[in-house]
Amino acid sequence: MVDLTLVARDAGRIERVAADLKVRSPQSHIRVVEAEFLEPVAIQDTVDEIISQGAVDVVLIAHGSLPEQAGCQNDLRACRDALEVNGVSPVLYAEAFAKHMAQADHGIIALIGSVAGDRGRKSNYIYGSAKGLVTRYAQGLQHRFSGTAVKVVLIKPGPTDTPMTSHLKEQGANLASVEDVAQKIVDAVDRCQAEAYVPGKWFLIMMIIRHLPRFIFNKLNI
Amino acid sequence: MRRVSSWGRLSADQHEVIALSDPAKVSSLVSGSNKPGIVHGMGRSYGDVCLNPGGVLWLTTGLDHFIAFDDNTGRLVCEAGVQLRDIQRLGIPRGWILPVTPGTQMVTVGGAIANDVHGKNHHVLGSFGNHVQRIKLFRTDGEAIECSPQTNPNWFAATVGGLGLTGVIVEAEIQLRRIAGPWLDTETVPYPSLDEFFQLADDSEAEWEHTVSWIDCISGDRGRGLFMRGNPTDVTQLPEPKGRKRTMPFVPPVSLVNRLSLRPFNIAYYNFKKWQAERAIVHYEPFFYPLDNLLQWNRMYGPKGFFQYQSVVPREVGQDAVQAMLEEIAHSNDGSFLAVLKTFGDRQSVGMLSFPQPGVTLALDFPNHGMRTHKLFERLDAIVREAGGRIYPGKDARMPRDLFEAGYPRLNEFLKYRDPGISSALSRRLMGS
Ligand SMILES: Cc1cc2nc3c(=O)[nH]c(=O)nc-3n(C[C@H](O)[C@H](O)[C@H](O)COP(=O)(O)OP(=O)(O)OC[C@H]3O[C@@H](n4cnc5c(N)ncnc54)[C@H](O)[C@@H]3O)c2cc1C
Ligand SMILES: NC(=O)c1ccc[n+]([C@@H]2O[C@H](COP(=O)([O-])OP(=O)(O)OC[C@H]3O[C@@H](n4cnc5c(N)ncnc54)[C@H](OP(=O)(O)O)[C@@H]3O)[C@@H](O)[C@H]2O)c1
Repeated sequence: MVDLTLVARDAGRIERVAADLKVRSPQSHIRVVEAEFLEPVAIQDTVDEIISQGAVDVVLIAHGSLPEQAGCQNDLRACRDALEVNGVSPVLYAEAFAKHMAQADHGIIALIGSVAGDRGRKSNYIYGSAKGLVTRYAQGLQHRFSGTAVKVVLIKPGPTDTPMTSHLKEQGANLASVEDVAQKIVDAVDRCQAEAYVPGKWFLIMMIIRHLPRFIFNKLNI
Repeated sequence: MRRVSSWGRLSADQHEVIALSDPAKVSSLVSGSNKPGIVHGMGRSYGDVCLNPGGVLWLTTGLDHFIAFDDNTGRLVCEAGVQLRDIQRLGIPRGWILPVTPGTQMVTVGGAIANDVHGKNHHVLGSFGNHVQRIKLFRTDGEAIECSPQTNPNWFAATVGGLGLTGVIVEAEIQLRRIAGPWLDTETVPYPSLDEFFQLADDSEAEWEHTVSWIDCISGDRGRGLFMRGNPTDVTQLPEPKGRKRTMPFVPPVSLVNRLSLRPFNIAYYNFKKWQAERAIVHYEPFFYPLDNLLQWNRMYGPKGFFQYQSVVPREVGQDAVQAMLEEIAHSNDGSFLAVLKTFGDRQSVGMLSFPQPGVTLALDFPNHGMRTHKLFERLDAIVREAGGRIYPGKDARMPRDLFEAGYPRLNEFLKYRDPGISSALSRRLMGS
């Protein structure tokens, strides 16, 4: 039994998720909040309102959207939108919760970054740089909260079979299953792991990618 | 474009795959298509019912949300891409089970409806469609249709067992059934010949909810086998089995099921099981879904894939027809270890094209050996035709059109409900469009 608040931009769509969760866990209390994702004052209000309902044990910041790289190169507005929703917005939400959790000296902030944030690649560096921002932010937050009871978990999924990647699936990409990735995210949060690659093989793959010398890396078509 | 196969792996043609993952967008995606499509659920059908080479496939596995469940009445409302596995895992700990389930739980609700699937308890509870209370269907012209046994009953009868051809099912309401727990009281009885099979089936049907039998179609000409029967039990104090999954890691260059491996396998299986023939308390997963823990076992048939041939023939001529089919198969030396024999009860299927009808059903897997296999099927077809039987479209990739027409007398009535924007390899093969 849990007390869960779902925060999303579109109440209709999140109601679908809430109904599913209610069927699976009828004793749980599930609340839906329609919210703003870019406007700092509105974000602050949303978070304050949630905290006013009771202390938060875990917050999972999971929103994001995969832009078309070419679109970002050709239109600066698309570029800015992608940076904001994948980079700035998660940081603002995390920062708003961090303030409350610091006061309470209690809580876990879990952020979903991406393997794409580990090294810029020509095929998706705008999205990747926003996820890189989240990575650096999580590091700083972990530094700030070291020695306290507030924990920060950064999750870096590899390509996963969700609506975000349905066009990649069409191109035949090999995607991890949502159940598998979700279970590993839950485990990482349970263990308060500072950084979790999910599935785990991406730890090795990204270690290699990060360490490839530039003259080799820049020749790769990835 | 992406290569897609069904369970039999007989083909791997290019398809334009469109994922339907938001119910609010299904209608616009489906009606916006410029060429005909067909829904593909988990692709657990063996043949071409869920394929559309060169055309559109609407993938429904993302329509996987529950909508409502009443713990007091057992009524479940869910999206059509929900897997039966998820319903069992939700319901059984809370005392509710799917009344009818096929031999794998990795199928979607939409697929279970469209093939009106059956389980081991057909003689008691009929097929899946008998327990569906309501269906929500989107047509490719944008129309939404709600149907049930009471409202729009013709649409309901066309859509249950409708092979995906009447529209895209987005949502369904299903009546689950009370259950004490996840365990079954089971018994395995060896039988030496077909005579005894029919005797066992007759004797078991009143007392046992689930009956099925494995038949050795090679080693003997009399049709020996193992009869398995089970009833739900209220024993609850046993530890749950560990769900260890194994995967067939690669496609072997030739079928592992061949003349050399078959006979020893059948003999070994029979003798091994014979020692075990006894009563046992068994968890529902290994009982209902014996192969689900060996993921992708279909690969063992090699790169050419395999066929399943499942027929049902009326009970009066059942024994002779089954005997004749087994003889043909024994002569061909092409059988397989998955030969399943089961009686169907008298409960009327709701669908115009539903496969189950009173009688006896025989299902056999055959590695694809091209012409040789097709020749054998023609001889089996002749027996089915003569017996007044029919073949299961959900398993089929090759039946001749005249046999389909003879087996499904309500076909003309059904055609009126077809959606002109929907077409599958099977519908083109058997209905001309
Ligand atoms: C190991 C194994 C054991 C099996 N045992 C049995 C058994 O005991 N009894 C039995 O009856 N069957 C059995 N089957 C067959 C299987 O249950 C059926 O083929 C089932 O329909 C597969 O469901 P699916 O989700 O994979 O659908 P698919 O195979 O992808 O599609 C099947 C049909 O359903 C249609 N469809 C799917 N979803 C929708 C939707 N949302 N709207 C409209 N149409 C839709 C498709 O267009 C297609 O015509 C078995 C299969 C396997 C692999
Ligand atoms: N899938 C992958 O391969 C992959 C890999 C690495 C990391 N990730 C990350 O994992 C997280 C979850 O993604 P997913 O794969 O589950 O994708 P998804 O199914 O598309 O979910 C994305 C979620 O983000 C929300 N969202 C998108 N744009 C938004 C916006 N502008 N404002 C507010 N909310 C917005 C969506 O809300 P709506 O329902 O309202 O659209 C949706 O809930 C994301 O952070 C993503 O970057 C995914």
